[in-house]
Amino acid sequence: VKIITGNDLKTGAVIWWDGRGWSLHVEDAADVGEHGEQILAGEDAACRVNGGYLLEAEREADGNVRPAHIKDRIRALGPTVRPDLTLKPADPNAGNWVI
Amino acid sequence: MYKYDQYDQAMVDARVEEFRDQTRRRIAGLMTDDQFKPLRLKNGLYLQLHAYMLRIAIPYGTLDSGQLRKLAHIARTYDRGYGHFTTRQNLQFHWIKLEQAPDILAELAEVEMHCIQTSGESIRNVSADHYAGAAADEITDPRPWAEMLRQMTNFHPEFSYLPRKFKIAVIAAKEDRAAMRWHDFGLRIVKNAAGEIGFEVYPGGGMGRTPFIAYKARDFLPQHQIFSYLQAVLRVWNRHARRDNIHKQRMKILVHELGEEEFTRQVEEEFERFLALGTDFPQAEYDRIAAYFEPPAFETDAPDEIDLSDPDFKLWVERQTAPHKAPGYAITNISLKKVGAIGGDMTADQMDVVADLAERYSFDELRVSHVQNLVLPHVKKADLYAVWQALVEADLADVNLDLVTDIIACPGLDYCSLANARSIPVAQKIAQRFADLDRQRELGELKIKISGCINACGHHHAGNIGILGVDKKGSEAYQLLLGGSGDENTTQAKITGPGFDEDGVVDAVEKATDVYLRERADGERFLDTYRRIGMEPFKEAIYG
Repeated sequence: VKIITGNDLKTGAVIWWDGRGWSLHVEDAADVGEHGEQILAGEDAACRVNGGYLLEAEREADGNVRPAHIKDRIRALGPTVRPDLTLKPADPNAGNWVI
Repeated sequence: MYKYDQYDQAMVDARVEEFRDQTRRRIAGLMTDDQFKPLRLKNGLYLQLHAYMLRIAIPYGTLDSGQLRKLAHIARTYDRGYGHFTTRQNLQFHWIKLEQAPDILAELAEVEMHCIQTSGESIRNVSADHYAGAAADEITDPRPWAEMLRQMTNFHPEFSYLPRKFKIAVIAAKEDRAAMRWHDFGLRIVKNAAGEIGFEVYPGGGMGRTPFIAYKARDFLPQHQIFSYLQAVLRVWNRHARRDNIHKQRMKILVHELGEEEFTRQVEEEFERFLALGTDFPQAEYDRIAAYFEPPAFETDAPDEIDLSDPDFKLWVERQTAPHKAPGYAITNISLKKVGAIGGDMTADQMDVVADLAERYSFDELRVSHVQNLVLPHVKKADLYAVWQALVEADLADVNLDLVTDIIACPGLDYCSLANARSIPVAQKIAQRFADLDRQRELGELKIKISGCINACGHHHAGNIGILGVDKKGSEAYQLLLGGSGDENTTQAKITGPGFDEDGVVDAVEKATDVYLRERADGERFLDTYRRIGMEPFKEAIYG
């Protein structure tokens, strides 16, 4: 699937396009198909996202989305060396998901 | 240390307000990202993986306690309770919100700090020996010259749009503790036969994708001609630099392509023109700035003996302190490399503890080293036990200066948008493998440096053992290098061979240390043994 990510303009937080707006959670990311560039152009013009880009991801068995590249998986979760600062600090499997 | 005058303060305050307005316009949609990006970078604000990152300049690595307390306050108020000291003696906060960045700059300006020229194609924060002003072996304090170069180059129009970044280091001792020859412009303060002070000048160094060690262009440049010489170097670079190719823009590439002799010839030609213009510092200005760096009022009868009856304290004193120029005093290194922790990271609470120690025991001064540790430069030997006890309490009393666990590592793929691989977990695994202090001491001086990409912020080219993270078809991989050094006998590390995964590179490091232990002669450090026996025995052990 193709998904869109970027950073929130005001806060810098990693955000994912969920089909209608931006979510902090990669599992909300929507497959944008061939509409990625069009969505990015609109969101950039509206100054809601900084450094937005399209990326490849795969749909896992549970339906969640997993970005293809490790850099985006680290962006999705947070620094692997600070599990206390990640979006899922209590999830023991979070590290395995990244690597 | 240097204190702002009304001009410094006015310039920094004006920059804060300018950036506040720029930020307001960006958030209001009056500027595009392409328009705003160079403006935020001019104020040290990057966009990293998880948030904005703010890089704060710590000129020549010198801080006072009030500044460190301010950094602690910013960590608590605007970030996530910690900061990261970098290999350029700066500090980075990794969780900054754009909408709060102008307020942070205003807070920094209150304590004479800023983020100007910590990014972009400019002359970056001037670095210096972190023992400056305290070292027993220095000719003079190099910081007045570092400060003058800072003043002459900040906001200078000719240096505002350089072909690429430009890094300066100044030292004043034979021992190079600042990796001086890995800079674009390295200076060593020396005395000539007549006892006059001047500079050995080393242009053309740098790490990154194409590493070069700076060459010596001058054996002796009279001290008051330094700004003319620097302008001449920058003028020649500005004239010829490959602005069309990002990989060839650094000055080291030009020096390589022109050749050292021709580069020097052109610089000397320009130098004569600048000398005639009379743009160098007059003595009075040197005296004005040097007065800020007068040594503190050391006690003249401070006892030299230290009670080392506590064995843990004895270990710490032997490893973490260095000779001071004043009798009865010691330079005290604070390790930020606790095994299992993140090298260079420091919590706000720890910053407050060290600020208190600096205020009480070190004439209100502290330093940041390029190896990502802190230094209390002027501690009375009689106070060392109290300092150590406070550091133990704050979890800052590790005993590993220059040992195998005192690892430089860039933030890597855990934080950095340029990185290809994570650096910090590799550093943590190596540190855990060698956690036993007796084993570390048996290995002796061994400097490991890890970068998460070819930009080499983790100085892997200068590592006795260097590690470079690379992207191998979407996975992390690590190249191993041996034989690098950033000291007075600077050398560039060489790649051993095929790369490894994360655990594999940790094993390879251990195998390299086994070769050293097997082959070393009396008194040899790891680097000495490598230089004597060469790469082959290491390759055999690692790949055999």
